[in-house]
Amino acid sequence: MLEISQLTKRYGQDDPVLTGLDLTVEGNSVVAIVGASGAGKSTMLRCINRLVEPTSGSIKLNGHELVGLKGAELRRARRRIGMVFQGFNLIDRLSVMENVLAGRLGYVSLFQAVTRRYPQADIERAFQLMERVDIAHYANKRADELSGGERQRVGVVRALMQEPEVLLADEPTASLDPRTSEQIMMLLQSLASELSLPVLINIHNVSQAKTYTERIVGLRHGKMIFDGRPADFTSDALDAIYGGIEAAQDEPPAPPAATRKHEAPHEPF
Amino acid sequence: MVEEQAERPADRIWRRYDRRQRLIHYAVVLAVTMAVVWAVHDIDIFWPWVWDAPNQISNLGARMWPPDPTRLGAIVAAMLETVHIATLATMLTVFIALPVSYIAAQNTTPNRACLWLGRFILVASRSVNTIIWALLFVAIFGPGVLAGILAIMFRSVGFIGKLMGEAIEEIDRRPVEAMEATGASKAKIIVYAVVPQVMPAFFAILILRWDINIRESTVLGLVGAGGIGVILQGAIDTFAWPTVATILVAIIALVLIGEALTSLLRRKVL
Amino acid sequence: MNRSDTPRTWRKPPFIANPLLRYGILAVTATYLVWAFATLPFNWQRIAEGLPRSARIFGGGFPPNFSRVDLLLTGFIESLQIAILATLLGVALSIPFAIMAARNIAPLPVYLLGRAVIIVSRSFHPVIVAILFVAAVGFGPLAGILTLTLYSIGFVGKLLAEEIEEIDWGQVEAIRAAGAGYLATLIYAVFPQILPRQVGLSMYQLDSNLRASAVVGIVGAGGIGSTLMNAFGRYDYDFAFAILLVIIAVILVSEGISGWVRKRLW
Repeated sequence: MLEISQLTKRYGQDDPVLTGLDLTVEGNSVVAIVGASGAGKSTMLRCINRLVEPTSGSIKLNGHELVGLKGAELRRARRRIGMVFQGFNLIDRLSVMENVLAGRLGYVSLFQAVTRRYPQADIERAFQLMERVDIAHYANKRADELSGGERQRVGVVRALMQEPEVLLADEPTASLDPRTSEQIMMLLQSLASELSLPVLINIHNVSQAKTYTERIVGLRHGKMIFDGRPADFTSDALDAIYGGIEAAQDEPPAPPAATRKHEAPHEPF
Repeated sequence: MVEEQAERPADRIWRRYDRRQRLIHYAVVLAVTMAVVWAVHDIDIFWPWVWDAPNQISNLGARMWPPDPTRLGAIVAAMLETVHIATLATMLTVFIALPVSYIAAQNTTPNRACLWLGRFILVASRSVNTIIWALLFVAIFGPGVLAGILAIMFRSVGFIGKLMGEAIEEIDRRPVEAMEATGASKAKIIVYAVVPQVMPAFFAILILRWDINIRESTVLGLVGAGGIGVILQGAIDTFAWPTVATILVAIIALVLIGEALTSLLRRKVL
Repeated sequence: MNRSDTPRTWRKPPFIANPLLRYGILAVTATYLVWAFATLPFNWQRIAEGLPRSARIFGGGFPPNFSRVDLLLTGFIESLQIAILATLLGVALSIPFAIMAARNIAPLPVYLLGRAVIIVSRSFHPVIVAILFVAAVGFGPLAGILTLTLYSIGFVGKLLAEEIEEIDWGQVEAIRAAGAGYLATLIYAVFPQILPRQVGLSMYQLDSNLRASAVVGIVGAGGIGSTLMNAFGRYDYDFAFAILLVIIAVILVSEGISGWVRKRLW
């Protein structure tokens, strides 16, 4: 169970990107987060696994507080949170298998990571998950040789390798063609029920949100202005979220780089 | 037909550059001329020697001909020594240059102090020429190959470190973000997300510097730091001009072989 | 979805697939290292003295002694003069050599000659060229100017020749079609296309000639390098370190200026 309460994020002295956000996600539900570019969707997801530092508020995953964790504790918490990215964020020059096993980096030792000698159980799990999404035959192919949909499936498997307790997906379909993006959404939906995993999906495409999720959360200017079932997501709600914002539907969502820009420019990782 | 009247061909003036551009041109030409006049006027040259120079040069050339191959064995041995110096120094440099580039790259440096330390090392290394480094190390460790290897290393650290630092700064940050999200530690992120991305640049830079180091190590011997330069200096000091010619031909051959080898490596590895 | 024929173990495929080649390369590298270290003549006894010696050198070198400013200044001015004259001569002479070495506008025998000059002048480190010129025309800035002129011809000539080989041939045809001769074609169709590059290269070359002029002086070709070499030769380490520091400062400033000018031009 993921409980977010009073989450606020502001960059420097700018207006807050997120203001007093409350959200509780239970069990194996799939939640779509919709909103125009800059509404704070991406920031919200990144606050959960602390790629972005929340200004205030509380985030609890199965009872454990995530805000304020540091160093090894933060890394242990991140292991339990899988993330799927808009740009797939694969390491192009490594093989599919290495990319998939990267999901275990929080568990294995540095020596194992360098020599790629992962435990047998991890390799077993990797093959099972890759078979589940039909990419097992690519195991030793370089990640950049795959098509967009295949690359995103590698991204999904990498996140699942972490044995996560919650899965975050930041615009997972925005870089894909319509057909492939339907497939990825379907995959996320069925994985959520198979693994009884709560899934939070930032998504731009409202009709996909309505088709593949059981709950929609609408953000505008960092505030939650809709929370309900897809059936209740009427054109009024749509107007409230996107209304008056120019070309919100056509504009591609802000890439993560744009949000990072606000932070300290030389932030080391 | 009114327009044609207003602007008759005779009135049309065409100039290649407008007024401001011409002024800048004149200013630049004037500045260059002044610099040259000053340099020619002020430089400490005995002019009759200048007019005699072509004579002297062709004289020297004539004394070199034909090249004398009797000392070829020693020359080849010295050439190998030169190659060893360049190769070993390039290999050893890697162990210093990589950590330096790591702390001198804005996105991997642990903190500001390390960043400035890294940059200082790079600038200091690049500002001092190989042969000046050699001069210093010969003074410390005495004449010999160690001074040569150290000189090449100290100059190469700046070159490899700077280019590698730039390569690290240019990596795609997205895989790094993904690794962070899996809960990987910083060391794991480096080996998993950064190293694969900079590998091609690393090999390209290494090959490039090896090629340069071959050339540089041919002169180390002139200040006593080993290699073919020692024999060259000896031959010049004893006025053995035909031997000098042989050494020069050997250097050209070495440099050309090095160039061929590096372009082959580049095609194979990259 | 469980396919039983899938391999259940996984190892990272080796970087080089062929095991013979893989271990061959390793073996060759190891052999080379052993051979190189075994054949290189290290004088360990002399090297062991290095630490106390370096203590003496650095002890003598600090603080650097800037009291002989006039000597320092004379050396630098001479270096600057060498760099300016050599750049001017070198850049001017590089144009005919570049034309000779451009395959698309030079006849084959001329091309081979031009290429040979450029290859030879690029193969030799300026210090080797300098030591030959010192032997031919004597110690002093003249040898330095000749050296760096040749150095500039090699460097600028090569890049310029490549530039000429990549020019837009349509312009040449257009000028030829207008009835222009060889020289007019060069001036109207070739030079305008390479001139912007040439100006930038000249600035770059001035910068690198200034650096090189400090170096060729070490073998007696004038400039600050000769001053430095004398200081080292007299174990005058505090003055030598002062010269070194000033050389570094001048190089940084000159790099900055040349970078700024090139940025403005392009």
